[in-house]
Amino acid sequence: MNVRYRMGLTAAGLVSGLLLAAAPTLAADPIKIGVLEDQSGDFAAATIGKVHAIELAVDEINKAGGIAGRPIELVIYDTQSDNTRYQEFMRRVLQRDKVDVVFAGFSSASREAYRPIVNQFDGFAFYNNQYEGGVCDANMVVTGAVPEQQFSTLIPWMMETYGKKVYTIAADYNFGQISAEWVRNIVKENGGEMVGEEFIPLGVSQFSQTIQNIQNAKPDFVVTLLVGTAQASYYEQAAAAAVGLPMASSVNVGQGYEHKRFTPPSLANMYVTTNYIEEVDTPASKEFLAKFKAMFPDEPYVNQEAANSYIAMNLYKQMVERANGSTDREDLRKIIAEGDVCFDGPSGKVCLDPKSQHMSHTIFLAKVNDDHSISFPKVWEDIKPYWLGDAGCDLTVSDPSEQYTPSNPPKKG
Amino acid sequence: MEILGAVFAAVYQFGDAFAFLVLSACGLAVIFGMMGVINLAHGEFIMCGAYVTVMTNRLGVPLPVAILAGALVAGAVGVLVERLVIRHLYSRPLDTIVATWGISLIATQGTLIVLGSTMPGVGTPFGSFEFAGLSYSYYRIVLMLSAVAVLAILYLFFTRTRFGVLARATIQVPSMAEALGVDTRFIYAMTFGLGAALAGLTGGLYAPTMTMVPTMGTTFIMEAFVTVVVGGADVFLGTAPAAAVLAVVKATLTSWYGQLFGQIGLLIAVIIVIRVLPRGISGFILRERA
Repeated sequence: MNVRYRMGLTAAGLVSGLLLAAAPTLAADPIKIGVLEDQSGDFAAATIGKVHAIELAVDEINKAGGIAGRPIELVIYDTQSDNTRYQEFMRRVLQRDKVDVVFAGFSSASREAYRPIVNQFDGFAFYNNQYEGGVCDANMVVTGAVPEQQFSTLIPWMMETYGKKVYTIAADYNFGQISAEWVRNIVKENGGEMVGEEFIPLGVSQFSQTIQNIQNAKPDFVVTLLVGTAQASYYEQAAAAAVGLPMASSVNVGQGYEHKRFTPPSLANMYVTTNYIEEVDTPASKEFLAKFKAMFPDEPYVNQEAANSYIAMNLYKQMVERANGSTDREDLRKIIAEGDVCFDGPSGKVCLDPKSQHMSHTIFLAKVNDDHSISFPKVWEDIKPYWLGDAGCDLTVSDPSEQYTPSNPPKKG
Repeated sequence: MEILGAVFAAVYQFGDAFAFLVLSACGLAVIFGMMGVINLAHGEFIMCGAYVTVMTNRLGVPLPVAILAGALVAGAVGVLVERLVIRHLYSRPLDTIVATWGISLIATQGTLIVLGSTMPGVGTPFGSFEFAGLSYSYYRIVLMLSAVAVLAILYLFFTRTRFGVLARATIQVPSMAEALGVDTRFIYAMTFGLGAALAGLTGGLYAPTMTMVPTMGTTFIMEAFVTVVVGGADVFLGTAPAAAVLAVVKATLTSWYGQLFGQIGLLIAVIIVIRVLPRGISGFILRERA
């Protein structure tokens, strides 16, 4: 079984190698970029679009002459929503395929599974996903939004609009646990009260009891930090039981486009802070959406992480070109340290922060209406990823390669 | 009123957990419990039933008919799988694990490639009602009644119909049944098909309440195997009391400590039961009567 599997992969590798060799080659050596994303399994719905966005960006860049005259060659593996696959393929792209940079990861569990391997082989990886924040690692660039961008905006707005009693249901792994800690802290700082908190194991799809617990606690709104397609069943079941509470989230709609998948009005009154979704009504967003649909007409939805992946590819191009064509990580980090690696893309202008190697974002508050159309009651321009830098992470000085949380900040001094 | 409300809430949660366990397990109880085929593709038969239900419902067919269509298609697929793969493996129970696991992978990935990563659902019918300050979904009551109905129909089917008796005879002593003129190959195929159809029915019933993705079947698998292992070989004497016991464990722990402890409780219950009653609850009941 195992042997045959490996042989099959080797054969597939040979065939793709031959195909690549047969393609018309540009004069220069290609820049190789590894792409590890979940194209099957529980997370596939949210992440297939990321691979397509990378392919779109590469297609545009290659047509315009590549990066510093060198074409991009993608090495794509399907990580199957499985953390061990991330580790296996991360070793493969770094050791065997010898890629210059890797774009990898959806769930925070998968990121923490592959990050030690990136450190071990001293590779360079982009994590193009919103997450619970706190990764201070010179080998990583994070283009997704973090809690100070998503929760410091969303939770106070919700508390002002709906009231101060909050109930959190979150996926039970590092993302949900740390995000729930952020929510708890922000609610407390703003004089609110957590009337309940429940962590749901990944893969759970039945929520009757959870719904009843929420009704008993009588919150003013519910923070839903549910991850994966199984947990998304919550919305249908809560709507069927007429819970009728407003919901706030950093992950829904912007990743899993639940408002397109469920029958209205099950997601009505859901508020999400996101740096991009296809409904964003700006010329740059519409142009991006049109390009995307032209290349992938069957794409069900262009989500936040697709935009982040597209932006990441363009930022990488800029960094390599400003480093005179070098793909060496330290050369590129010197460019980031200059503090003006910015890109005006689908979600507006974004810049990389040298201290944390995270990205600034324009944050849109998306509201799901009764007919599941989206409106934007508020927009926060240019929110910086300030928390890590303020807490004491400075990658221009040292590289701890750690993940910090509000209750476990960097040690001072 | 306060106490009445709390009692109703507890009964509702018990019923909801009971329905999920019974419906998850009933198809597997036939295929694994009775026939001894360790069917890891059980979740994919459920997914098949759910997808067919949603697709036929979207064509304008009323939901109950669509659910039956889902069950029938899953049953037909089950018969096909039995004829092509499973029948070669009746004497090799461990190999059925690998074969059905392969079928499960092919079905999940095939659905992903052909139908895409998600499909819009159909929405839960019937709305909700309020009782003592809490609101509940009517459709959940329908699910509970369906679970009881499925158990009753299966009981009558296996004890009161000629086919049911032949099926039990064939599975107990195939050579003797064959000697008495029973077409055992036909009986095996039909019984496997029945198990698959029950899985499809479960998928159809739960389709309106869930997100439609190729991996949806896996969310039923743990509950299904736990219930069948605790229940033992007999579909009615096993599945029904096992689901009742486990539903109490799950509903109680989930209401006190949350979903995680509900799941831990289920697994601890199964460990205790297979230690104390290796042949499951039905083995215990049958020995008592003998």
